[in-house]
Amino acid sequence: MLNEVEKIASAYKGRKDMLIKVLRDVQPLTNNTLTPEVAKTIANAMDIPLAKVYNTATFYALFSTEQRGKHVIRLCRSASCHLNQAEELLDQIAKKLQIKVGETTTDGLFTLETCECLGLCGSSPSMMIDEDVYSNVTFDQFKKIIGKYR
Amino acid sequence: MVKLTIDGQQVEVKEGSTILDATKKLNIWIPTLCHHPDQAVKANCRMCVVDVEGQRVLQPSCAFPVTEGMVVHTHSQKVRSARSNILELILAHHNQDCLHCPRNENCELRIIAEKMGFNKKLRFPLHIKEGMDTSSPSIVRDLSKCINCGRCEYACNEIQTVFAITKENRSFDTLYTTPFGMDLASSPCINCGQCVQACPVGALTIHDDTEKVWQAIDSDKLVVAQVAPAVRITLAEALGEEPGSISTGRLVTAMKQLGIDVVFDTDFTADLTIMEEGTELLGRINNGGVLPMITSCSPGWIKFCETYYPDHLANLSTCKSPQAMFGALLKTYYANKIGKKPQDIYSVSIMPCTAKKYEANRPELGRDGYADIDVVLTVQELAKMIKSAGINYKDLPDTQFDDPFGLGTGAGEIFGATGGVMEAALRSVYEIVTGEELKNLDFTEVRGFEGIKEATVPVGNLNVKVAVAHGLGNARKLMDAVRAKQVDYHFIEIMACPGGCIGGGGNPIKNWEKMAKRLKAVYEEDKNLPRRKSHENPAVSELYKQFLGEPNGHKSHELLHTHYFNRSDILK
Amino acid sequence: MEETRLILNNNTNYNPVCAKEYAKNGGYEALKKAVQMTPEDIINTLKESGLRGRGGAGFPMGLKISFVYKTPSDQKYVVCNADEGEPGTNKDRVIFETVPHSVIEGMIISGLACGADKGIIYLRWEYPQVNELLTKALESARKNGYLGKNILGSNHNFDIEIYIGAGAYVCGEETALLESIEGKRGEARFKPPFPGVVGLWGKPTLINNVETLANVPLILTNGPAWFKKFGTEKCPGTKLFTLCGNVNKPGVYEFPMGVNLKDLFAFGGEVKKGKLQAVQLGGVSGSIINAEQLDVKMDPETLASKGLTLGSGAVLFIDDSEDMIDLLENIMEFFVHESCGKCTPCREGNMRLLELIRKFKDHSATLEDIDTMMDLSETMICASLCGLGQASPTAIVTTIRNMKKVFTDRIKEEQNNG
Repeated sequence: MLNEVEKIASAYKGRKDMLIKVLRDVQPLTNNTLTPEVAKTIANAMDIPLAKVYNTATFYALFSTEQRGKHVIRLCRSASCHLNQAEELLDQIAKKLQIKVGETTTDGLFTLETCECLGLCGSSPSMMIDEDVYSNVTFDQFKKIIGKYR
Repeated sequence: MVKLTIDGQQVEVKEGSTILDATKKLNIWIPTLCHHPDQAVKANCRMCVVDVEGQRVLQPSCAFPVTEGMVVHTHSQKVRSARSNILELILAHHNQDCLHCPRNENCELRIIAEKMGFNKKLRFPLHIKEGMDTSSPSIVRDLSKCINCGRCEYACNEIQTVFAITKENRSFDTLYTTPFGMDLASSPCINCGQCVQACPVGALTIHDDTEKVWQAIDSDKLVVAQVAPAVRITLAEALGEEPGSISTGRLVTAMKQLGIDVVFDTDFTADLTIMEEGTELLGRINNGGVLPMITSCSPGWIKFCETYYPDHLANLSTCKSPQAMFGALLKTYYANKIGKKPQDIYSVSIMPCTAKKYEANRPELGRDGYADIDVVLTVQELAKMIKSAGINYKDLPDTQFDDPFGLGTGAGEIFGATGGVMEAALRSVYEIVTGEELKNLDFTEVRGFEGIKEATVPVGNLNVKVAVAHGLGNARKLMDAVRAKQVDYHFIEIMACPGGCIGGGGNPIKNWEKMAKRLKAVYEEDKNLPRRKSHENPAVSELYKQFLGEPNGHKSHELLHTHYFNRSDILK
Repeated sequence: MEETRLILNNNTNYNPVCAKEYAKNGGYEALKKAVQMTPEDIINTLKESGLRGRGGAGFPMGLKISFVYKTPSDQKYVVCNADEGEPGTNKDRVIFETVPHSVIEGMIISGLACGADKGIIYLRWEYPQVNELLTKALESARKNGYLGKNILGSNHNFDIEIYIGAGAYVCGEETALLESIEGKRGEARFKPPFPGVVGLWGKPTLINNVETLANVPLILTNGPAWFKKFGTEKCPGTKLFTLCGNVNKPGVYEFPMGVNLKDLFAFGGEVKKGKLQAVQLGGVSGSIINAEQLDVKMDPETLASKGLTLGSGAVLFIDDSEDMIDLLENIMEFFVHESCGKCTPCREGNMRLLELIRKFKDHSATLEDIDTMMDLSETMICASLCGLGQASPTAIVTTIRNMKKVFTDRIKEEQNNG
């Protein structure tokens, strides 16, 4: 896995402005987790300090240094979704997956997170799983959707 | 020039000045925390906000440029209220144990609270950041005191380019810390202490070893101290006197009064280093050795080289630092001379440098199960001991350093400034190679605070090309050029700390204004010493005669030379 | 009431990514004109039109371009702020899904006006579908000679690349956005210097909201006089309003500046259930008004006169089943999550406001806490480094002003009895 990370990162050697893109591109390879090893691989391949990889990655909500799963479920919790029962849906999902928000299922498949406004305020509740966008999500629909990722 | 009005007073300043510049001209005090005169403007603490007529919001005086006819109010109701609330927000996220904080005398936060007359109860629940790191021998990190000003990160990344400290997370959880919570000892930190110098509060402090020294003094051991060149320049400042107050004689008296048995002068081994290193340099030049040769007395620079430029370890002079040479001599030659076992000598070294604590712990600096240097005390720590012992430093009489290692020349003394080692080396190399006396001993081309200095010095048939860098950001630039074979120097001096040892992490908190005064004192002291060339130090000549034989001889190699390690694994 | 669809024009029965079709329907006419105009002419046209920024700050567009134009530099940039992150706002996504070429055309024309040959669209990562269609639209524009070298046979060059964000609302702030493009933490820069002088990579940079740029081709095609027929005197043109919350017909709708909020409410089909309790204008960083205050014209000047803001044009309708304190908690949790953490008032203040709101939630607050919230908010509004901290207390401050009972009803029991 680190070899693939190295391959992606070294294409941007010396291009510190491309760090965010590199961090995004390696997510699927690394279970969406930036471990010290992955961070150091990126740092060495891009020829930038580890400190920079770390300070940038920990700033943006997309990345995480905590262990995550193969797929990240993000449920919007912002104002309009909040007024349209997003929290109730979140509770139902958490119960079904048997995890709390921020945790990963025991099979390592799904991490459940909340996120801020996805720009689908007219069709709340809204959700993303990795880069797939879903709106007007009901619990029944969620159960169907999640099947696609197993 | 631009004319503006502040608090009803007219002032004229240069175009491009900030409001803060203008208030300084009027001697109006504005509280600042993230602002540092030697760093780029950050404008993040917001303590310095002022009311500028016509502006929608308050503006940070450290960043806002003056314009013609601007009208500023520095203590309107809006400003007083904002300042008070901002201070309150910082205090509510800060360690409250000021009574036993090592920085409480000159904590910038405490001083602001005092000057603002802030004495109300905090309205917000107290949050304390977690994280206490005592892994480093040189620096203590206490996150509970961090106010997120960013001055340490600037010093470590922008000035020193070491990248040990960075930022983590955002919003309320933002921390200035090491990546992945690693402790400082496992990070690329090279112990230079510039972060300690930059920190306005007690979040970054020097690792305090004074108790070890008190215990040694209380014991049966012979406590033998050595005092670095820069210490005589900065110790009086640490005890409240003007920057640049030289107190060579008084510091010996004070140390004796503390109970230290013998006080030697590291200037002596600085002269010894010049003999060894000068000989080494000539050897490399004449016999096709690795060039450029680079000085090795700055332990921060050495660890930086081992971490970031391990492919250039062969360029480093194999000479130990003056501190390390002294340690070796004390526990072998000196111990023997006075009939003591090395284990019964407790060697203390007084340094302007936090990285010397790391150097003293290097396993290769010792033998037969003992270390050559038992403890390093920085100037700040020695000042603490002197104060706590009730010694009135200002009015002490002078005492001479002890024999046989109390004699140093001006060449040894100027080691404390950037360019000092280079100049000392040139003074000796010139005379030794040409056999002629130097008319002018002042190699001014290598003096001063310019980041990288170059010079070509004709020495006999050879034009010796030299370079001097101080501050690791400048060292990095120079080393990148060396690595890319873009330069062809013979000899390079690198000091980890900006300004050289007078700018070391163990000195009283500095800025370039104070540094200029310290620098002046270094060259003043040099001029006033009876001998100014290392090879004319009779005590050094005596040591070679009695013990070492010749520079770079067998005994020298055994005791006064060392080797280095590839530490680039830290980065992998 | 009917929409006034100038930007979201009604002729969109064609493939929006196709440049040829956009041109067949009147698109790129403005660009054809612009390549023949001088930068001064383009700037004056925009100045005359009175076009103001549609992202929330409302800065005059012509004037903004003139700053960049007047600053000499070997390289300049035009940046499109497509980081639409203000909760309740979807207008930029809709513009990209309907008429992406209008934004592209707007960027090129702006580039001609200020001397930039490089454009960057900073797009939030949460809009992957927009990324896909924008990529196709840019390719189509290039193929048809509207982007690249020698645009439409002129000696002007301009090309656009997309830069994707990584989940930070603060990157919608123009200087934090620039930091992000430079690969760094999205921390706001202090101003001055302004991006028009020192922007991306230190070069003069024009940064505009998607909607603002989409207006540019319309103005050049139809002229400033036409544009001024819509909207108000001080703020001509239309605005895309995003109606959301508890409203029956949520969505993005285009109306002239100055449309009345009560008409918007009616257009949106009023509340799904119960009665209207409150409205938040401009997103979560906007003002909250009560149901009696609906009779107000939605333009910057009218709103400002009442201490309110237009913001992004989002309108969040809240019915009477909602707990206002719970909503305020949700809003402050948003800001605590999104603050960049650089400056003290915002980094510390948002958390403290959240803590205070939670005291009201669990009935442990006192009357002093209302004063504390106002006092702290004052400091954040006037001393924060950027617009995020300056605006985040707005919801609380305006709720105290317009719906104080929401707080006083939750004061600790002893206080009421004492």
